[in-house]
Amino acid sequence: MEKTTSPTIEHKQRLTIANLNFYYGPKQAVFGLNLKIPTNRVTALIGPSGCGKSTFLRTLNRMNETIRNTRVEGEVLLDGQSIHALDVVGLRRRVGMVFQRPNPFPKSIYDNVAYGLRINGYKGRLDDLVEQSLRRAALWDEVKDYLKKSAFALSGGQQQRLCIARALAVDPEVLLLDEPCSALDPVTTAKIEELMFHLKDSCTMAIVTHNMQQAARASDFTAFMLDGHLIEHSETSKLFTTPTDPRTEAYITGRFG
Amino acid sequence: MSAAATTIAHEVPPQAGPRAFLHRLRRGDEIAHLITLTFAAAILLITSLLVYELWINSHLSRTHFGWAFFWTKVWDPNFDNFGAAPFIYGTLVTSVLALLLAVPLGLASAIFLSELAPRNVSDTISFLIDLLASVPSVIYGLLGIFIVVPLMRTTFGPLLIHTVGNLPYVGALFRGPNYGVGFLTAGIVLAIMVVPFIISVSREVLLTVPREQREAAMALGATRWESTWQVVVPWARTGIMGSVFLALARALGETMAVTMVIGNAAVINTSLLAPGDTIASTIANQFTEATGDLYLSALIELGLVLFLITFILNGLARILIVATERGGGRPA
Repeated sequence: MEKTTSPTIEHKQRLTIANLNFYYGPKQAVFGLNLKIPTNRVTALIGPSGCGKSTFLRTLNRMNETIRNTRVEGEVLLDGQSIHALDVVGLRRRVGMVFQRPNPFPKSIYDNVAYGLRINGYKGRLDDLVEQSLRRAALWDEVKDYLKKSAFALSGGQQQRLCIARALAVDPEVLLLDEPCSALDPVTTAKIEELMFHLKDSCTMAIVTHNMQQAARASDFTAFMLDGHLIEHSETSKLFTTPTDPRTEAYITGRFG
Repeated sequence: MSAAATTIAHEVPPQAGPRAFLHRLRRGDEIAHLITLTFAAAILLITSLLVYELWINSHLSRTHFGWAFFWTKVWDPNFDNFGAAPFIYGTLVTSVLALLLAVPLGLASAIFLSELAPRNVSDTISFLIDLLASVPSVIYGLLGIFIVVPLMRTTFGPLLIHTVGNLPYVGALFRGPNYGVGFLTAGIVLAIMVVPFIISVSREVLLTVPREQREAAMALGATRWESTWQVVVPWARTGIMGSVFLALARALGETMAVTMVIGNAAVINTSLLAPGDTIASTIANQFTEATGDLYLSALIELGLVLFLITFILNGLARILIVATERGGGRPA
């Protein structure tokens, strides 16, 4: 039922999702989903609230396993390897995540960024990597003099970039962003979108958003989901200009959702 | 009054005078303000009265012994010679012992109940724990007399004397005659009494830690334990410390259960196995048989000293909380 124009045959796929089903208890939230997430590109997941896009995103780093009474079927391959065969701790180090609301730890700015490095037993110079991560998250200039201050002293947008820096510090191959800008103002949102553009050199990203302008601006590929089904997936420019499915067209033109 | 008139009345700025006051009264603001203010003031008043009474009634003892009351090691009703040192020592030692035993136990239980146990198991156990918190202290005293005291006398006491008792320095804490009653026994009974408070409050606080905090840690490759210990517990630390101070307050003031198991001896002894006494226990034991004005006055001054200790420790607790919040504080 889905009309997927195979995105960029020439491109490598970082994640391959095959026939994925997900259940909260008896209730199925994701239905037979197939999707390829290309390396060093941004893939946006759009769809109305409750369509299962966040749930789907959270299966990619097995975060849903922390919720009781859930079940996943199907296959997710990271660089050709099944993520269910990997050690979950190692998987999450390789597939980082940024959440809807900024969620820094109740620690200093420095310790927030260093946290992932410390638990993963990083032996090099922490200072360098903390600085590098904050630079990659475009936050260094704003916080370099306040590294010992509590992360909660930062504004919401700064906190979200701190969370991105924290995720980047462990150098993940994939970064999952779950509506990272929904709590932020337009200026800060623009900063984060710009940041995503620069991160493409080193990182594969999947972003859930219900802001269609954001998907159109910031992503290379877009997948449209509805009621747990993947309806359409193609290059962003194509999906927003010439959608093939009438439901996609209805959604992007604002007729529902 | 018509609807139109009501509308106009709202547009007119509030007038001074009894009518305006009555109007405000009707809205309830003024009443709520008054009632809450009265009750809040009552707390202050009760505390001041308490201190005032203790201060006035301990006059004789205060003028007779002066500051030396704090460090005099003798408590001798026969010769009217009174000093608080043995009881201050006993109070602090038993409370510290209680916390040393109860905090790890309570915190571990709270973590298990909030983070690991299935929800229905957690709720059931928590219900039982809340029940434990409301058991009268005399019952804990009986538990101490019939279980802890014999165990200390026959098993743990000798065990401690023959093992750690032989070590340098710390060995001094576990030497001498072992009657079963004493500081350590009182500390153990107190620990059993305060642990439900620590578990109950800490669990509630841990349950309020946002999901996103746990997930943020796990998304970085933290194990469940790392996320619990390094992120969830620090987030909840203010509340956990609150539970510990609640437990400390209860341990400092506990009377009945301590009296039953501490041995009631007004001496300072290095050995934790030796009998001693606490301030609250002494007051309860001796108040009814205090003959002579100075004796009675000295007991009341003991009460004043206990109040002072509680006050100082609570102050230190505040400072500690503020200090740990620095550099990693979270929004209140």
